[in-house]
Amino acid sequence: MSLTETALFARMPFDPTAPLTPSGNLRRRSVVSRFVQITATAAAMFAVAALVIVLWGVAVRGASALSFGFVIQNPSGLAGGGIFNSLLGTLEIVAIGALIALPIGILTGLYLTEFAGPRSRTAGALRFALDIMAGLPTIIVGLFVYGLIVIPLHRPSGFAGGIALAIVMLPLMARSSQEVLLLVPGSLREAADALGVSRWRTVLSVTLPAAFGGILTGAILATARAAGETAPLLICDSIGFNQFATQLNPFRGVPSVSMFIYQSYDLPLAQAVTRAWGAAFVLMMLILIANVLARLILARSRGKMGR
Amino acid sequence: MSSRARFTLARGGSRGRAGTRPRPAGRLGDRVLFGLCALAGVLVVLTLVGVIYQLVNNAQPAISKFGLGFITSTKWQPNFSIEGVGALLYGTAVSSLMAVLLATPLGIAIGLFLSMMAPRRVRAVAGPLVELLAAVPSIIYGFWGLVVLVPFVDGLEPGLHGALGFIPLFGPASPIGISVFTAGLVLTVMILPIISALSRDLFLTVPTELKDGAAALGATPWEVIRGIVLPTTVSGVSAAVVLGLGRALGEAIAVSFVIGDVTAIHKSLFDPGASTAAEIANQFTSPVNPLHTAAMFYAGLVLVVIGMLTSVAARTIAGRFDVTRRVI
Repeated sequence: MSLTETALFARMPFDPTAPLTPSGNLRRRSVVSRFVQITATAAAMFAVAALVIVLWGVAVRGASALSFGFVIQNPSGLAGGGIFNSLLGTLEIVAIGALIALPIGILTGLYLTEFAGPRSRTAGALRFALDIMAGLPTIIVGLFVYGLIVIPLHRPSGFAGGIALAIVMLPLMARSSQEVLLLVPGSLREAADALGVSRWRTVLSVTLPAAFGGILTGAILATARAAGETAPLLICDSIGFNQFATQLNPFRGVPSVSMFIYQSYDLPLAQAVTRAWGAAFVLMMLILIANVLARLILARSRGKMGR
Repeated sequence: MSSRARFTLARGGSRGRAGTRPRPAGRLGDRVLFGLCALAGVLVVLTLVGVIYQLVNNAQPAISKFGLGFITSTKWQPNFSIEGVGALLYGTAVSSLMAVLLATPLGIAIGLFLSMMAPRRVRAVAGPLVELLAAVPSIIYGFWGLVVLVPFVDGLEPGLHGALGFIPLFGPASPIGISVFTAGLVLTVMILPIISALSRDLFLTVPTELKDGAAALGATPWEVIRGIVLPTTVSGVSAAVVLGLGRALGEAIAVSFVIGDVTAIHKSLFDPGASTAAEIANQFTSPVNPLHTAAMFYAGLVLVVIGMLTSVAARTIAGRFDVTRRVI
């Protein structure tokens, strides 16, 4: 045995019964790796915990205000009653927004997928415009509609709020329709072409029905997003009127759940804040249910398409 | 026959084939549908142009009075005088940057966990939960921040000041927990789902062959992430971060609840401040005079320009990973 070999074995005597654990550099590397994995797991737990804390915080405080009457009564005074008027108002404003945004969004998606080639300049510009529109702060959308509609009509209105929500929804709707329409297999369109079906009939009776589930998902998500918006309604549909009033003419101020919460927080009464928590709870539940529903529909339609 | 002639023929031939697709009944319908779709696209572009026009138009008095100095001047006291949005932009920048700095590593870690480490069942539950965080409306984040987070921050600040007080950012604690720091925390929770969902989707696009190859060469999971997954997705993840930044820059309602509405530049995070969007939300419904309203439109214009620059940046960085197409 040479001298070096002896020195080597002297330092690391061979022990056949020792467990096979890494040592030295490999050991360091696996420790680092394990550390990162634990950190990532902890981060994910943190995110889930954050959601639970938000939900829990709202649920615990909202539950004390909640009853069946809360949802079907109008507010009475500064602290009593329920949020029936705001729920109807939100429904009305969101419906106005959806009526405008959904068709335009779907048509934009159709333009991007059915009429513009993949390398079309126009389509690129349009996609860019949609990106910028999606990135617009919602309060800016409010300012825009204020200049466009509230100033000419001389009063804030549910209609203006609806237009603002339409602008919030439009890029979401266009983006999701585009994504879903791209997933429709080209063979379906080709089969329709082979049968001599005109393009518009192909779109109406083949492409859109195939993409229906995905488009519906996008519509629900966009609507849920709009239902929770406050900033545009604050600018376009709140100035100078009382959120606790019952009024549903869209060309006047219409109450909404989000503005109800926003304005209740300024009231100096503890019951008013409790009522606002109740409203927050109802609003959040509606939005979360809509989101879960949208996911279920998407999963189902994915399953259909995969078949 | 020259090659040019053949080329022309071929082109003519292909065009002819496309044009003579048998669709006798559909001409009008096709044109109507195309017209409607094109109209929708034009409407989208017109809306964007309209946004800029309305902002510039309504900000006109402020623009002619303050000029470009508006952006840097820090005096925003509607009851006395308004000279600029410097202090507001400072609050916007500090709270958003803080949110991005906190949410980026957290979001990437969540993305890694959801895409590579979590068991399938955990993934199926935790993924949608994280995305639900993005669906919670900003008014609820604001209200929740004010009632739940503010007392928590109130307890947290003295500790942070004690430990990190030598850095001017961590000055003496605010009296009740309403501060730029609180706003940054709320924004962190708000943009976290954006960054984590997008980065998870990106990590899932990394080819398995690359990851398996690295692992076969003896790389540990972390080395696979550092050497393969992160480098191949870096542009997409950066774009996701910029998207999150854009969202934080424009958030008005949630920030207005917790930032304190004090238009002055403080070094410490624990002092109350103001942000551009939140200030518009706070003051738009009760302007002091027409110039105040115009100044708010001008502030909005500055915010839109910054927001558009971030959108362009996200798009440029995104490169081949088109993350911006994902809808949350």
